[in-house]
Amino acid sequence: MNDWWTRLADFSGYADLLPLVGNSLLAGALLALVGGLVGVFVMQRDLAFAVHGVSELSFAGASAALLFSLDVVAGAVLGSLVAALLVGLLGSRARDRNSIIGVLMPFGLGLGVLALALYPGRAANKFGLLTGQIVAVDDARVSVMAVITVVVVGGLLVVWRPLTFASVDPEVAAARGVPTRALSLVFMALLGLAVAMAVQVVGALLVLSLLITPAAAATRVTASPVWVPVLSVLFAEVAALGGILLALGASVPISPYVTTISFLIWVVCRVVGGRRRAHGWVRRATA
Amino acid sequence: MTTHEHVLELAGARMSFGERTLWSDLDFTVAPGEFVTVLGPNGSGKTSLLRAVLGQVAPTAGRIAVLGHPPRRGSRAVGYVPQQRIVDPATPVRARDLVRLGVDGDRWGPGRHGRRERVDELLAAVGASEYADVPVGMLSGGEQQRVRIAQALASHPAILLCDEPLLSLDLRRQHEVTALIDETRRVTGAAVLFVTHEVNPVLQYTDRVLYLGPAGHAAGAPEEVLTSERLTELYGAPIDVVRVQGRVLIVGDDGHVHHAEAEE
Repeated sequence: MNDWWTRLADFSGYADLLPLVGNSLLAGALLALVGGLVGVFVMQRDLAFAVHGVSELSFAGASAALLFSLDVVAGAVLGSLVAALLVGLLGSRARDRNSIIGVLMPFGLGLGVLALALYPGRAANKFGLLTGQIVAVDDARVSVMAVITVVVVGGLLVVWRPLTFASVDPEVAAARGVPTRALSLVFMALLGLAVAMAVQVVGALLVLSLLITPAAAATRVTASPVWVPVLSVLFAEVAALGGILLALGASVPISPYVTTISFLIWVVCRVVGGRRRAHGWVRRATA
Repeated sequence: MTTHEHVLELAGARMSFGERTLWSDLDFTVAPGEFVTVLGPNGSGKTSLLRAVLGQVAPTAGRIAVLGHPPRRGSRAVGYVPQQRIVDPATPVRARDLVRLGVDGDRWGPGRHGRRERVDELLAAVGASEYADVPVGMLSGGEQQRVRIAQALASHPAILLCDEPLLSLDLRRQHEVTALIDETRRVTGAAVLFVTHEVNPVLQYTDRVLYLGPAGHAAGAPEEVLTSERLTELYGAPIDVVRVQGRVLIVGDDGHVHHAEAEE
């Protein structure tokens, strides 16, 4: 029992360890920014399952890259872009989309498992892609993540209003000439990039903790188009950075810390939001 | 808002999908501020007519013009009020956000400040100020449709397309929403093209009816078009138009009652 505890939280020598995780913190901060923003649209467009599916294909891409000694980040990006665009092209209706994702996901996971089984390297590297491996973030990888962040955040800012219109009110958006189909593909591409980034940090299985949970928590407590993204990013930052800092004093991966903080924030928001909803959200003169 | 004689003009317009022709030789004009009710059985091309006016489909033949120009996707001259649909109460979109999307949701970039007054003004015009900050999914059907009308008015349209806006509303809300649309066209001078299954809530406001039938179409004042003779022609089958207690019932030969308020 005592042994478990020291593995989960041992803060002796913490000050010495801190400088070593500068890159990790930077990577986590970038990912949280991207995840918090992308998550807002993932919620609006009901794409939670798609995120999960895309992350498995991203895992397959990264594993294949590992096996063939290619760049793992490039593999992850390629895998998730292909998956995201396939889902975007073939699944414009929710039912089609879910069945396509259901088909792609095990296929991707299977390919990834095959690639890892054939890979002769260390086992820790292998599982890192599934469950997270923040310690291995070098300068080059942070640079790539920074570039992806700029592309995704910049892209989202450009399409923000029409994408919101097309996501929450597709019929009227189409009537007002918003190119809903093209926007759907653009968003899937941005989502693919965000997922590829998240796979590097929290692993394919836990991508949802930074791409869905923070936005889901934010939408429980506010409906403001300004506060939803702000809170979503804030929650994602707390989860990602808090997780990394806590994991520093432990000999287990960072992902359980990230996912737990993320989940706890959601629970609190859910309770607070539930009370507000029960009281009719805002005070109205007549009921 | 417009000096055009007609906000909408159809000349010899035809809409076909493959072998099937929905309507043809449609000559019809809508004047500013006019309330036109579009009736017809399912599949008679009512929705295609709206889509053609929105510029989403081109007519197979003939000409359609909005304010003298061919319909253009995203034209601000055309406002669109859809049928009410279920919105998840947790969707983080408030009444004012939906209206705001009508103001500038079609523009690129992250948006600017300073639109709040315009949104407040639109919400006030439809009597929706009180629930401006309530998520749309928590509004009643009638409240949602009020917000929808405010949204459609955001671009100062010359014509409002109403696509079954009364569907799934109860009788009282149907009358409220229809009265609001009528008031709106009087205040703004926008014409109304109102597609509906339920003729009775709109009858008292209707200037002209456009009836799209399986065997042809007819346009004119409600009392001219909604007669047993005319509709029997348009359906190519015996149809009875019955007026009871100030309501119009249209009864087909299969015993099915069209346009009755108790249709569900």
